[in-house]
Amino acid sequence: MAETAISHDHDAGHGAHSSTGLSNNKLGMWMFLGSECLLFGGLISTYMLYKGRVNSGPQPNNIFDIPFTSVSSFVLLMSSLTMVLAVSAAQRKDERNMNLWLIVTALLGATFVGGQVYEFTSFYREGLGFTTSLFGSSFYTLTGFHGVHVSVGIIMLMALVGMNRNKRIPGDRAEVVELIGLYWHFVDIVWIIIFTLVYLIPS
Amino acid sequence: MSTATEHVEHTEGHEAEHHGLSDKQYIYVALILAALTAIEVSTYYIDFGPFFMPTLFILMTVKFVTVVSYFMHLKFDNKLFTYLFYSGLILAICVYCGFLATFKFFLQKG
Repeated sequence: MAETAISHDHDAGHGAHSSTGLSNNKLGMWMFLGSECLLFGGLISTYMLYKGRVNSGPQPNNIFDIPFTSVSSFVLLMSSLTMVLAVSAAQRKDERNMNLWLIVTALLGATFVGGQVYEFTSFYREGLGFTTSLFGSSFYTLTGFHGVHVSVGIIMLMALVGMNRNKRIPGDRAEVVELIGLYWHFVDIVWIIIFTLVYLIPS
Repeated sequence: MSTATEHVEHTEGHEAEHHGLSDKQYIYVALILAALTAIEVSTYYIDFGPFFMPTLFILMTVKFVTVVSYFMHLKFDNKLFTYLFYSGLILAICVYCGFLATFKFFLQKG
């Protein structure tokens, strides 16, 4: 009887499980991230193809501000640390630290997006518009898509904090935090690639 | 008593499934990632000569795998997740390398 009760609690706590014994939600998130590799793969390879096509407007090497982007990259990297600390706190059922690290992660993400907005504005002032050259179009599309992903992540983090305060998170709270964490880390690893291929390797 | 023990064992087993590292170890991993980023940025200021591209690609790969393995817990999680994610990644790399090869990207002079 006791074993049955334990088993029931386990199932209720972790939502539906697939025939593999793994959480459907987690399985779905990993499949989604696998498919996102194809999306960003397409955007990155298009940029690689077009980065040298500059008929008018500034060249990549003339406008990139590597020290500034390095700081942005560091901020996003550290947001991955705070996110994993939030997941760790959620698994320990430490609600206070979980909320704290989620908010810090969202703030670091907002700092990164703010930096990207500043970067786009300064590039535009230097003459690189969306339709100036193929380089400009592919650059803004790639980094813009990434920025949108970060922004969606920030919205999810803040929604999670709000729902947690109102005790409205369905199912296993630790798993929900972990799933959003997976998305956040994915956004970080995409930036690891973009930072190297777009900013550090000259055209 | 037995139930309580089972519950504790069950909980510990479940946490072991999810917990990859301790908080302190996560901070160490982040420090390593920060150091790798610093080396990456140094390639902009220091001339690495013929080692420039290999250094950047190796650092990028190491950072990528470290975040996926430790922060995303793939190293400690079920192998099926690893297969799902890396199959998407490898498929993307193959498809887009083929795409770039079609446009003779790899024949362009650096």
